[in-house]
Amino acid sequence: MSAQTSRAAAARPIAIAKSGAAGAAVFPGSGSRKYNYFEPKGRKATHYEDMTVDVQPDPERYLLQDWIISFPDGTPTYSKDWTAAKSSNWHKFRAVDQEWERTHYQRQSTICGMVQNTIENGRKSGAPTRFDPAWVKILQNHLGAYKHAEFGLGTSTMQAQRYGYTQMVNNAILTNSSYKLRFAQDITLYLSEIGLDLPGFDNAAGKKHWLEDPIWQGVRKSVESVMGSNDYLEQYFATNVVFEPLIGELFRSGFLMQAASAQNDFITPAVVSAAEADYERNLANTVELFHILGTDPTYGAQNLALFNKWLAKHADLALDAANHLQPIWSQPRVKVAAFADALAHAKNRIKGIAAELGLTVPANLAS
Amino acid sequence: MTASLTLNKITAQKGISIAEAANRVADLGWTPSYVQEAMTFPTDYKISKTPRDPMKQVLRSYFPMQEEKDNRVYGALDAALRGDMFRNVEPRWVEWMKLFLAIIPFPEISAARSMAMVGRLAPGEELRTGFTMQMVDEFRHSTIQMNLKKWYMENYIDPAGFDITEAAFGKCYATTIGRQFAEGFLTGDAITAANVYLTVVAETAFTNTLFVAMPSEAARNGDYALPTVFLSVQSDESRHIGNGHSMLMAMINDPSNHQLLERDLKYAFWQNHAIVDAAIGTFIEYGTTNRDKNKESYAELWHRWIYEDYYRTYMLPLEKYGIKIHHDDVAAAWDRIVKKNYVHKTAQFFTVGWSVNFWRIEAQTERDFEWFEHKYPGWYAEFGDFWKWHAKLSVPGETNILFNSEVGYSYPHRCWSCMVPCLIREDFVCDEVDGKIYTYCSEGCRWTHKVAFAAEYEGRATPAMGRFSGRREWEDCYHGWDVADAIKDLGFVRPDGKTMIAQPHLRFDAKDMWTLDHVRGHTLGSPLRGFRALSPIEREVATAEYRKGFKINPCH
Repeated sequence: MSAQTSRAAAARPIAIAKSGAAGAAVFPGSGSRKYNYFEPKGRKATHYEDMTVDVQPDPERYLLQDWIISFPDGTPTYSKDWTAAKSSNWHKFRAVDQEWERTHYQRQSTICGMVQNTIENGRKSGAPTRFDPAWVKILQNHLGAYKHAEFGLGTSTMQAQRYGYTQMVNNAILTNSSYKLRFAQDITLYLSEIGLDLPGFDNAAGKKHWLEDPIWQGVRKSVESVMGSNDYLEQYFATNVVFEPLIGELFRSGFLMQAASAQNDFITPAVVSAAEADYERNLANTVELFHILGTDPTYGAQNLALFNKWLAKHADLALDAANHLQPIWSQPRVKVAAFADALAHAKNRIKGIAAELGLTVPANLAS
Repeated sequence: MTASLTLNKITAQKGISIAEAANRVADLGWTPSYVQEAMTFPTDYKISKTPRDPMKQVLRSYFPMQEEKDNRVYGALDAALRGDMFRNVEPRWVEWMKLFLAIIPFPEISAARSMAMVGRLAPGEELRTGFTMQMVDEFRHSTIQMNLKKWYMENYIDPAGFDITEAAFGKCYATTIGRQFAEGFLTGDAITAANVYLTVVAETAFTNTLFVAMPSEAARNGDYALPTVFLSVQSDESRHIGNGHSMLMAMINDPSNHQLLERDLKYAFWQNHAIVDAAIGTFIEYGTTNRDKNKESYAELWHRWIYEDYYRTYMLPLEKYGIKIHHDDVAAAWDRIVKKNYVHKTAQFFTVGWSVNFWRIEAQTERDFEWFEHKYPGWYAEFGDFWKWHAKLSVPGETNILFNSEVGYSYPHRCWSCMVPCLIREDFVCDEVDGKIYTYCSEGCRWTHKVAFAAEYEGRATPAMGRFSGRREWEDCYHGWDVADAIKDLGFVRPDGKTMIAQPHLRFDAKDMWTLDHVRGHTLGSPLRGFRALSPIEREVATAEYRKGFKINPCH
């Protein structure tokens, strides 16, 4: 090009550091190697905090131009009004399980491997054919029905993870959803696979019981009430503070895991145990969030009143649902678990959770 | 032992087929009868057909597959450090990653949230698993990108800008286009946002330039981390494209949806073009030091990925369903890239505004000029002097290029729709919406604000459609501020309290670095305020004048 000579002037020699690596030069800011825009919960930010905090912006922090698209009624992209709970600092919450993508996949993948190996090895040794026949019916009908409850809570939390005011709240609800939906599928595939070894096993029976069996209608109503709430935090609260201890753990630990081995079934407890471990993490996150809200310096009292209302509403439904499940405890040929004991344990569990949160235990749970 | 005996044959046992597993999982849902499902985000579309899941994958295989992908990514990051990647990386490239990686995690997590919106709308449960996986995928993308950014911050020579990343995202005049992109995924009509804008257009078309073309350029600049992360991210996109297409197919047979689909395909394409091409085009063309004339330019990449791959093989076949495809917009977008220098004008604008950035932009040099002229004939005549000015004015003590009248640059209006400034001057338009005057970069963006984002579309009520809101003109936020005070308010200052994070060069030496004192004494202003203050006649004159453009003065 003819302009080349005149353009040579633009190519001024400049002193560029020979390396682009940290420490290759010292200048203002060259040592600033930490995210510095949020207060860590502890002395130093955790990796989870670095991955999570402030990714969902907030006009009260750094969102200079405010939300720039709204719903037709003027509601912005994220609104504090999507829950009746109030907070003087929505950004305070950190998930206790500290999950970000890598830890989430590692844990989920480990569970998938554990469940799959257990089922494969059990089937290889012919274990399902040695299950007590009455127990097979219980798995088919009742574990088959219960998987829909897990799915319902999974879809409910999937919906709820859209509404939270911070990334920390929403991601904790998202991983909760991921765990629930995985477990619903775990049960579905488990039953399908052992069904291959059990002549006459009816894979459709579980859904029929879920939809029609009076034993399960209370649970279905309870789950549908969670799914039907328009308040995402009510959904999260009802799932982990109420449903899980009163119905989920009651059926999983209080029945399946205790009764299975006596029916020659060593596979089901391993499959179901994953959900118990999932719940411990989801519960820890939930308690942390609702504890923060319940002790909020400005809104603590009104939040506690709200949570007590949610507790009473969902506990009524869940307790009724739990009582309707009672006949299942009588169905195994070898009876090792008593419904009354399991329910008492479940009530103690929810009382413990309520105490942690400073909530008033409804009268029907107190006894 | 026979020769054909394998471990697999010994251990194999009868299982259920993938299709059967997917069917059983899809049967987990039911229609609630005791309590109605929670209020969902509304749509004006009708979805009567059950969408099918083309992937037929279950979570049991999904999680281990993703963990394996992660292992490869994190292993590669370790290997890059052991191989001393940063000794050879091009700082020009990494600096632009401060902008790119500030933007992208929020659009990603917004996509996760938007799965809540489509999950409830689709009849049946078959696609629910697809949406679930996409939700977790997007959680993956958002946090894996935050991790990559932290990794750059810890290992790259100049961490300033990475250290304030999410705060910068909320405040910067350039990240504002990324916020428009992300909020478009999850606000307003649920199908418009989460299906058409996100999956059908952004993910099916534009992730190819974002997550395939850009990583190639990173590798050419000694950055092996970005390709590792982003090609892994892109491997999830095929699932999302499948979700989007399946949902689209569940609506497309209902003629009552066609009018809205035509609106949304047009809006989504034009806005994705305006936003993604501005940003990614700049990163690829101006963030690189590789000037191999045999490599594809952004225009050539666009032709491959957007024109051939998306327009010809994805969009055109929709015509057989009776959808009118917006051919003219595709041609117009192409013209903006190849004839009207859209990408070059965007890079020029980012450079003019360097002092309110949170990354460094060095001047293009003679080697770069050669390449640009080769790929975009006529480039030198329009942009050569500008880059010489930038080199000349990169020394502290020179007058900031943003306010230097010798240069001849004329600060642009901001487009109210895509939020990129109105850089192609001849296409500038203005219009009145709800009694207020707004400025737009193009007819497509005017139409988006005035016609598409409204309560009625071509006589049809569209009660679910979103609205533009907020302080959309960034310049208005700092109208009347001294630029040094604005930079301080933005937080774009290094820990010593005076040296600016942004620098117009790559000289890593304190004596070469600009401080707030070097830029103080100039006032920022909102172009829109002045424009609105004009009478209708004056505005016409100003519009005609604006459309004439400007000429950069020779730099000697």
